Amino acid sequence: MSLKLVNISKVFKDPDQPNKQIVAVEGVNLEINEGEMVSFLGPSGCGKTTTLRIVSGFETPTTGEVWLSGKMINDLPPNKRDTAMVFQSYAIFPHLSVGQNIAFGLELKGYDKKTIRKEVDSIMEIMNLREYYNRRPDQLSGGQQQRVALARSIINRPSVLLFDEPLSNLDAKLREQMRFEIRRIQQKFKITSIYVTHDQAEAMIVSDRIVVMNEGHIMQVGTPFEIYSKPVNQFVADFVGRVNSIEGLIVGLNNGDGYEVTFGGKVKKIPSEINTLGMNDSVKAIVRPESLRIKNFQEGDESLFHGRIEKMVYLGPTVEYDIEIPGRDPIYAVTHNPIEEGFFNVGDEVSIDFSPKAAHLLKKE
Amino acid sequence: MAESWVKRSKRQLRMLVKDPLLFSVITVILLSLIIFIIYPLIKVILTSVYSKNHFSLSVYKEIVTSWYLRRAFLNSIMMGTLTAVFGALVGFIFAFTLTRTDIPFKKFFHIIAIIPIISPPFIGALSIIMLFGNNGMISSSLLHLANTKIYGFRGLLFAQIVTFFPVAYITLKGVLESISPTLEDAALDLGGSRFKVFRRVTFPLALPGIASAMLVLFVETLADFGNPLILAGSQFPILSVQAYLEITGMYNLPKGAGLAFVLLIPSLTVFLIEKYWVSKKKYVTITGKPTSSTLKLVSPLVKWVLLALCIIFTLTILLIYVTILWGALVSVWGSTNTLTLRHFAYVFSVGFKAVQDTIIIAGISTPIAGILGMVIAFLVVRKKFPLKGFMEVSSMLSFAVPGTVVGIGYILAFNSYPLLLTGTLLILLLNFIFRYVPVGIQAGVAILQQVDPSIEEAAIDLGADAKSTFRKVTLPLMVPAFFSGLIYSFVRAMTAISAVIFLVSSNWNLMTVQIMSQVESGRLGAAAAFSVILVIIILLAILMIRSILNLRYGKFGGTTLKF
Ligand SMILES: Nc1ncnc2c1ncn2[C@@H]1O[C@H](COP(=O)(O)OP(=O)(O)O)[C@@H](O)[C@H]1O
Ligand SMILES: [Mg+2]
Repeated sequence: MSLKLVNISKVFKDPDQPNKQIVAVEGVNLEINEGEMVSFLGPSGCGKTTTLRIVSGFETPTTGEVWLSGKMINDLPPNKRDTAMVFQSYAIFPHLSVGQNIAFGLELKGYDKKTIRKEVDSIMEIMNLREYYNRRPDQLSGGQQQRVALARSIINRPSVLLFDEPLSNLDAKLREQMRFEIRRIQQKFKITSIYVTHDQAEAMIVSDRIVVMNEGHIMQVGTPFEIYSKPVNQFVADFVGRVNSIEGLIVGLNNGDGYEVTFGGKVKKIPSEINTLGMNDSVKAIVRPESLRIKNFQEGDESLFHGRIEKMVYLGPTVEYDIEIPGRDPIYAVTHNPIEEGFFNVGDEVSIDFSPKAAHLLKKE
Repeated sequence: MAESWVKRSKRQLRMLVKDPLLFSVITVILLSLIIFIIYPLIKVILTSVYSKNHFSLSVYKEIVTSWYLRRAFLNSIMMGTLTAVFGALVGFIFAFTLTRTDIPFKKFFHIIAIIPIISPPFIGALSIIMLFGNNGMISSSLLHLANTKIYGFRGLLFAQIVTFFPVAYITLKGVLESISPTLEDAALDLGGSRFKVFRRVTFPLALPGIASAMLVLFVETLADFGNPLILAGSQFPILSVQAYLEITGMYNLPKGAGLAFVLLIPSLTVFLIEKYWVSKKKYVTITGKPTSSTLKLVSPLVKWVLLALCIIFTLTILLIYVTILWGALVSVWGSTNTLTLRHFAYVFSVGFKAVQDTIIIAGISTPIAGILGMVIAFLVVRKKFPLKGFMEVSSMLSFAVPGTVVGIGYILAFNSYPLLLTGTLLILLLNFIFRYVPVGIQAGVAILQQVDPSIEEAAIDLGADAKSTFRKVTLPLMVPAFFSGLIYSFVRAMTAISAVIFLVSSNWNLMTVQIMSQVESGRLGAAAAFSVILVIIILLAILMIRSILNLRYGKFGGTTLKF
């Protein structure tokens, strides 16, 4: 079932100062296809939860419409909506056993006991919860509680599954496991899903598309690859990973094969999908640290920059460097496979370059 | 501002109408609160300013100019203040000793300190008369005094402290337990002397709790009726008793109502101070897991002093209860000391109807009050609707309004068609229900604030409507609070006197009122026997409720019963 948000805004009253208004979400337009899993990614307070709660019906939008499978559902109360939420706190009923928790939705629908038990058993099997039917929720580990919450939502076969930072209460190891688990279940049942998180790695793993939000607005919608490699602004670029913003100047317009950009005298032709930039516009080339090529500096080197290793951090699979460049912002770079390819030490003189394909142009504001 | 309130109310009302059940529940509750809490109070005020169908302040003129009534007012305030100070002091000593030292038999001391709560409020007065009165065990048998001065100020103060210090004890025990001993350890570690640590750390942290315990004691003493009626005497007039005498003795309704109103003012003031000022000053020192107390704050010498004080208090309380028990078992108090069961026989023949009535009335009204309290707590914490603030304040008002005022209000408000209720079972039930509803509300609010709202949202999300969410999720979560509220209000209902003394009739009578009239007619043995039976009934009821609870909810715990 496809889900459509049309021009959604939500304004809250400040609980402390009733005259002040908080714009939690503004002008959100989004269409989510059937069976697709979309993440809302953004810093805390950017309106992710609010948007999710508008979809589930727990908040009414100040303006805008929510459409589910071609129907406008603004006036449908949350209990009549075919959406299911997995809460950050799991919200497992503490007075019911695991089995009773999972059966809750079906019981409300008035199914007979036998059908319910069969359904519950089969879901518990899929979720690896089989032996916990009679357990009390407080006797479960965090990961198990998480699975119970998921099973309880899925058993109703909702049209839309909503996750609000479902893994934030788990420890790092479990968190890594559970994101694959969630993705597996979502794909098994092919449920249209929204996944709220502030962790970019999590968003990349679980989603078909990512919606990056900031201060109540959607910044960018795209596949994980698009978001990472072609961020539409500095905020998105920074939010989905470390990045270098290398300043340059347009010296040749885009005729389909990219802009000519000069970086302190050396010119590169950088491909770009936009052609709104003009001659002599200041731009930033967004280059991810792993896309930089570093080698030992040699006289007569044609590389873009020449600098000195200021700091080196050895992490095992990768090595990270801060590189001082005279007259420019320092550059942050990452190299791989240090065992085979070796690494640089603090004080080494290096030359730095990147291939035009690895750069993404943004207009400098 | 006003416009936005109207707009908001309109919007909330529109939402509310969509849920007819919720709408009608809220409407019914609001109407009942108006009729059974607000209206009687208004009636008290109206009656006091109308004499012979004319508006007049003559009643108040009389009260202000009467030397005797001015005395009554000042006496009441003085008694309230002194009881608050000494009651809180005794309560604090008990609470501090039990939480900050390693004395033996803590459990025993704890039980002694809360026993007065489960007794009729005038048991202290009764035993004082038996010990020090005209035929008193100590005064006349031991000391051969003909005329003791136990009636009046001293006797009453003693009885009030014994009656009300447990309230302070329970509050302060909670307060001291919530102050982590690690704070004191830290202060000691920084080099503070023990006394300094107490003065600079423990005491300031406990101070808001002490203040609020004192305010509660003040209001309760001001409202109390049982002890003064027995002990105050005509030399030491007390306002609540004067109001009672005006109404039942002189049939002077305007004057009785006027006195009731005068009684209401200091109570309401103190209630508001507590609600809006003291309660905001309370510190919360939640430190996660309870840390094991190292109990180094008290030096051995101080510990023995505290222990000695606790033993003295304990002996006093035991003396009271032994006196009552003894009085119920001897033939004629003060003269014939042969053991007999004739007082119990008397209670079971002549007084059995009162026993039955009391159990019926408390048994019906307190569960209803409990459920109503849970529903109101739920609405106030979880729902948005117009007049919510009004529901919150008016339903909690009974905490502030002295029973005497409520009783007078009820006889004034419900003595004519269509609300002709005087002399019926219903008026007693309604009085109890609306008097004890705040107990349930407090317990319910406390637990709801702990329950993550997303638990209820999860139920709604899974398709539950408001009704089934409440029935299948919220209500089960509130059950432990319901029962602990139930025990408390049952105890209060069984031991209440100040409001119901106006409302009993020959058809429906209560044990407390019976005990009172036995005392007044000098049948101390029967009064003592009644008291013993009353305490036994209460204990049995508590045991029963607790064992039901343990049976059903013992498995996953979470119940914190006060008793
Ligand atoms: N019920 C509310 N009342 C007032 N402000 C709210 C309410 N809910 C959320 N907000 C505010 O709206 C903004 C967005 O909140 P939220 O959607 O929870 O952000 P996120 O989930 O992205 O961290 C925040 O500034 C938050 O303080
Ligand atoms: Mg959030």
